[in-house]
Formats: sequence, C-alpha cells, structure tokens
Amino acid sequence: MVKLKVDGKEIEVPDHFTLLQACEEAGAEVPRFCFHERLSVAGNCRMCLIEVKGGPPKPAASCAMGVRDIRGGPNGELPEVFTNTPMVKKAREGVMEFLLINHPLDCPICDQGGECDLQDQAMAFGMDASRYAENKRAVEDKYIGPLVKTVMNRCIHCTRCVRFTTEVGGISELGLIGRGEDAEITTYLEHAMTSELQGNVIDLCPVGALTSRPFAFTARPWELGKTESIDVMDAVGSAIRVDTRGREVMRIMPRVNEEVNEEWISDKTRFIWDGLKTQRLDRPYVRRDGRLQPTTWADAFQTIKTAVSATTGARIGAIAGDLASVEEMYALKQLLNALGSQNLDCRQDGSKLDPAFGRSSYIFNPTIQGIENADALLLIGANPRLEAAVLNARIRKRWRRGNFPIAVIGEAAELRYPYEYLGAGPETLAELANGSHGFVEKLRNAKKPMIVVGPGALTRDDGASILASAASIASAVGAVSEDWNGFGVLHTAASRVGGLDLGFVPGANGANAATMLRSMDVLFLLGADEMEFSTKHAKCTVYIGSHGDAGAHGADVILPGAAYTEKSGTWVNLEGRVQMGNRAGFAPGDAREEWAIIRALSDVLGKKLPFDSLSALRRQLYEAHPHFNSLDEIAPAPSNEIAELAKKPVSLGKSGFASSVKDFYLTNPIARASAVMAECSALARNNFKAAAE
Amino acid sequence: MASLAQSISSLFLKEFVSTFFLSMRYFFKQKATINYPFEKGPVSPRFRGEHALRRYPNGEERCIACKLCEAICPAQAITIEAGPRRNDGTRRTVRYDIDMVKCIYCGFCQEACPVDAIVEGPNFEFSTETREELYFDKQRLLDNGDRWEREIARNISIDAPYR
Repeated sequence: MVKLKVDGKEIEVPDHFTLLQACEEAGAEVPRFCFHERLSVAGNCRMCLIEVKGGPPKPAASCAMGVRDIRGGPNGELPEVFTNTPMVKKAREGVMEFLLINHPLDCPICDQGGECDLQDQAMAFGMDASRYAENKRAVEDKYIGPLVKTVMNRCIHCTRCVRFTTEVGGISELGLIGRGEDAEITTYLEHAMTSELQGNVIDLCPVGALTSRPFAFTARPWELGKTESIDVMDAVGSAIRVDTRGREVMRIMPRVNEEVNEEWISDKTRFIWDGLKTQRLDRPYVRRDGRLQPTTWADAFQTIKTAVSATTGARIGAIAGDLASVEEMYALKQLLNALGSQNLDCRQDGSKLDPAFGRSSYIFNPTIQGIENADALLLIGANPRLEAAVLNARIRKRWRRGNFPIAVIGEAAELRYPYEYLGAGPETLAELANGSHGFVEKLRNAKKPMIVVGPGALTRDDGASILASAASIASAVGAVSEDWNGFGVLHTAASRVGGLDLGFVPGANGANAATMLRSMDVLFLLGADEMEFSTKHAKCTVYIGSHGDAGAHGADVILPGAAYTEKSGTWVNLEGRVQMGNRAGFAPGDAREEWAIIRALSDVLGKKLPFDSLSALRRQLYEAHPHFNSLDEIAPAPSNEIAELAKKPVSLGKSGFASSVKDFYLTNPIARASAVMAECSALARNNFKAAAE
Repeated sequence: MASLAQSISSLFLKEFVSTFFLSMRYFFKQKATINYPFEKGPVSPRFRGEHALRRYPNGEERCIACKLCEAICPAQAITIEAGPRRNDGTRRTVRYDIDMVKCIYCGFCQEACPVDAIVEGPNFEFSTETREELYFDKQRLLDNGDRWEREIARNISIDAPYR
C-alpha cells in the first residue's frame, strides 16, 4: 500500500494503482478518453493531466503514472497530486481545444449525441470557443462490417477499439496507421471484423466514430426507457439493459456484472432486437384442413382439450426449448404431471446430461470468474468462441496473463488463443482418461486445472460415457477438491440449467425428447425449434412460443407467447447462477406470457393449476426448489458427485466431436427472425470476403 | 355662487359643446380598427406564428432529425422518427409531426434548432374547423415552409443583428 495526498486529502491505495485510480479513490474526478479499466494503458489522449507536486514542472498524464512513481518531500512529507489547480484547468482546456481542432462538431447528426464522452467533457472542462479557424481534416469512412458504422472524421485516436480487438477480442484487425494529422484507424484491407464481440467497440468509442449500424439514427438516448434484464441468447446469462421507446425495443446494451460478463456482450446479444419485431406470433392459430388458421384463445384451448381427452397421460409429452424461463417450465411440468404424464424433456438437442448425476455434473463448477484463477484448461468437444463468446473472452483474459496451458479435444477451431490440439474424438479422450497421454501431466501439475465438456460431446449417443470419462480425468488430475471444482459443462441454451434444476426431464418410464417426437399423441413444444421435426408423429402438436419458426411451422395449435424482453422470468446460467430478467415491453397482439397461457389452459383441461399470479407461482416454485429464491447466487453443489460420476461404465463411440453451434448467428428462433443476424451469418459463411461498400 | 356657475354652463350647453368637439376630434382622427381580413396589423419579425419546416435554396430539406426540438418542447407537441435516407444514408426524419393543439407557441423549437429548419413563421391565420386538421405532419410543415419562405427569411435577417 502507498500513501499519498490527492487535493490535500490523504489516502492509501494499493501499489499497482495509477494516479488516475488513486484520484478516483479519493473522490476527485479525472476526465479521460483513452484510459479504460479493462484495457491496457495507452496514455495518448492527454485528457487526464494532473499536477504532481515535486515532479517535473509540467502536468503529468495520470493514467500512465503509477502511485509508486512519485516521490514525497525531503522531510518525509507524503507525495502530493492536485486535480483542481489552475495549472490542471489550463492543461485540460488546452487538450480539449486540441482534440476539437479536427473534430467535426456534428453532434446534431451524430448518434453518440447525448451519451458522448467528448460532448460531456467539452461542456465540463473545455473552453467556450476555439482559436482555430483553419479547415478541419477529412478522413474517409471505413467499412468494418455490417454491425459497426464508422464516421472517421469524429475519431480522436484514443485507440480503445484497437486495444479492445487485440486484447479482448483476440483479432488484430483494427489498427492505427500514419502519424500526426495522417493518423487513421483502419482495418487496412477494409474487410468486416470477424470477432463475435465486435459490438463492444461501439460502447468503448468515447466519440461517435464507431456507432451501431442497425441502430443508426433511430432514437436518441434521452427518449429511451431503460430496463435491466438478462440475456438468453447463450447460457452465459450476460447482464443487459434493454432500451425501449414506447413498447418497441430499440437496442440492447451491456450492464456491468463482474461475475459474468464484465462489461462485454456478444454480437448476438446486442444486435438481436430486430428479430423481436418480425415473424412474431400475435394470435392463436389452429390447423384446419391442413392450413393454420387464426382463431380465438377459447377455440384453440378447446382443440387441445379434444386432443387431450382422446388419449392417455402416457401419450402426452412436453419439450422445453432453449429460451424458456424457469417459471413457465415449472407451470408446464405441473400441468403434465396433473395430466398423468412423465414425458418431459428440456434437452431438445439430445444432451445426455441428467440431474440424477447430481447438480455439479451439469453446471460450470469453476464459475466464469473462477477461470481467472485456473492454471490449466482442457476443452472436450467445446468451442467456447461460438458457444459462449463472452466466456471465451474470459479464457483469453486468463491466457494473456501467461502460464496457462490449454488443450482441445474435438474440432481444431479458431478460438482466439493458441492451444495444444490433442485429437478429434473419443480415442484421445480415452488416452487422457487412462493417463497415457502427455497432457495429463500438465493437468496434474496444475493447482487448479479445468476440464470443460461442451455440447458437441454431450449430444452424441455416447454422451453419458464422455461425461463420465471427463469426470474421471477431472478426478484423476485433482481438478476436484475442497476449495476448487474444475469440472465444468458448457451449455448453449439459456433454459438448460434451470430445466435440469427443475427436473424437467423424463420421469419414471418417461420418454425423452427424440422418442416423444416419434410416439406421442399430444406434444407440447414450449418454444422448442432446434429439433429434427421430420420424425414428428403427433396427432396434435401444441406450440407455445413467440416466433413462427420450425416448431410453429409443423404445429397443429399455436399459442402465442412472449419473448424474453416481454416477460419477467428466471433463468439459470451455465454456472448455476439464478438470475431474473425483467419485462421491458409488452408482447404484440394477443400474445401472453407463457405461464399465464399454461395456467389458462389447465383450467380448460380440468386440471386447474393452483396459482393465479406470477408471484403465487413463484411462491410455490421457491417452496419446491428453494435455490431459485436466492438471486444472483450459485447454490453450492457437492463435489463428490464428480467422483461418483467418474465411476460410471464407459463405452465410447468412434467419430470425432463436432461443435453443436453450426452458425453462431442463427442459433435460436429470435436470431433467425433477425435481418441483421442473417446478414452477419451470410458474411461469416462467405468467410468475411464481402467487398467494401 | 356655485348655483350661478352651473346655471351659466347649462344655459350655454358647455358640456354639449365640449363633447361635440371631442367626438369631432375622433371623427377625423385615423381609425384604430382595421378592416380585417382585408387589412392587417403590423407583425413583429419575432412573431411566433404557425410552424414551418424550411429548405435550403437548392431544395434540400434542412431538418437533420437531431430531435432537439422534440426534446425541448415543453408541451411535448413534437414527434419525430428518424432514419437513414434511402439514397444517400444521411440522417433524415421519417416522420415529423406537430400537434398544434398542444403547442403553446413558446418558440423553444426554433431556438433549439441548429440548422434553422423548424421556425415559427408570421402566419397566424390557420384556424380550422376540426381538431384533426391541427395535427400537422411533415408534408404540411414543408409546404408551410415553401409558402412562407420569403417572409421567414426576411424576418430572420432582420432579427440576426440582435442574436
């Protein structure tokens, strides 16, 4: 710890702090453009100048000077810095005037207007007029993809975007070329950026040089209502803020959650919102004479009632999709149980995870923040870049600190960090499991090794064996101990962990998802779209969901539901963290929240569920599953379950593991309805070869 | 004595005569009333009347959809929707509505406008028979601008030295 005085106030800060952080700690505001907590220090905007007593007779850039770099007085006085002296004021005014020499001042047509760092700081720290009457420089706008729009005249060369893409994104696609007045940010060859996290440069850019292209000119920050919620595009459960105008979602921004997403979100999370407006189911439909025809709720319910009364409970089934919240899955489970059915499944991809193995067998035990403490990593059939892009950034963050051997079994995909490629499939896994492979030694030597099993390995027929093998590796190398559980399962579906926690899986003699498709008379699909529906053979398929996609296409009754921004719901992320999303707007037309649909349907079917409101439903849910009540927490899972799992018999298949995410941009019905995602997907398929505009 | 003075003024119809001269003075004086609508009173160049959206001399509409007028409007009478214009991608309004029933003619919108696009022109004769006619849309406002451009431009140039 170092003691120093800021504006006469004595404080003590850790050794590694910069002067800027020390000033913040003391409550003094220091303006900055290039400095960002999660990026390396560049020190090129010069906005954070402060006065250092006893230092050189000029202001010092506080972001680039450590607290240990300044010296105290000759008689043991504390080192002292000032942020409010005339020297500092003059320095800030001078820097601001320089920054504005070439800044176009087109705030009225700039999308950053109203939330612009330069605008705010020019008001707070700048002068009222400039002394420069010369022509401003003009820079050509660059094409860097369909998501990020550039207006390069506005760039102040803080290089935050360059540092983000190289450090966090792991792509060296943006750079600063030229010097002085000729300096330009560019991709050099003018191709689209390939990162799944590129949208974050929009938030990072302190001016309006990089703005959101789909959001261009549509709204001003001051007209937007802000709702804090949770993302469901992947299983990470990133913290988001949904910005709405009226009942329309205008954009989605990240929120800071150190434990999950820091302050990054993936492009799918950020640019999904146009999918919320298209392909929506806004009224009930019933199939008559082979055609889906709009109808009333009562008629739709009667059709279901007829189908249900014509069969027995054992031939009724329900499959929950990837975006379902815990509440609606609970309601559906209660209804199916009341109808005498045990045919439930929340694993539409055929994953072999099972709550019977214990909770720690299906969650990401090391936790996302825990990745930073790990010191070796084995990925089995996982491609975290596509399956959980934000989590991949955390792995990269750990890798950048060094001394972090990473190995992959499965596809040799680009992961944004180098890794040791061990093999394609089960044979390599078996070698590791019996200890004959060299990498086992590295895992064994590590204090906190991590074994991550991805959906690519678990959705296979031998998924249970792979899970057991991975568990046995984890047990053998000491990845599971009192204070560290390095066994993690990577999920792609936001609903999955919640569903497994609920026990939304086949009960005694119950059928699983694939069997249900083939053999049920009445099949409820709760937003389930990612299945092979050609094998479907149900007399009556009831689709409850928000978008007209594969599931609704073949359904006999469609009950329109609410998308994730239109309902309050609980989701459990891949770590097992219980999080609650909030309603930002209302569902279109006749669409209702799913739990309410199921409750209303239960009344018609004569099995009235005992709750009339969401809070009553939650009270029951918390009684049955108390851990859903502790929001933003991970209920501890006993680690001996991993050792138990490791003892299961193993019989592995032959073929190599393939990632379950074929197309990062089109993994769920909302994404498939989005034009922006379709454009990104087409670009990715052509390997980002599209020419500049 | 007092009764004598009163008798004299009554005898010579003094009040009658003075009133006669007063009315004659007003009879020959210029009239305060004007023959509206054929004649109109003078209007200040700062008069805040009916709104108009202006164009540049080359026909390009001035409004850039910055939404500052919408933000400042104390009556929340202005509604704007914006988006990139199809042919060149510049920032333009898709919709620009003023609810003239809500408007209080405070003139904040023209003060906020960075490009002098929305102005309150000299026209005060736009009464209508129904409320609906007072919900102005973008086309109506642009037409106003075209119709009143000469007067608006003159008023702005007269007022310019005082700004």
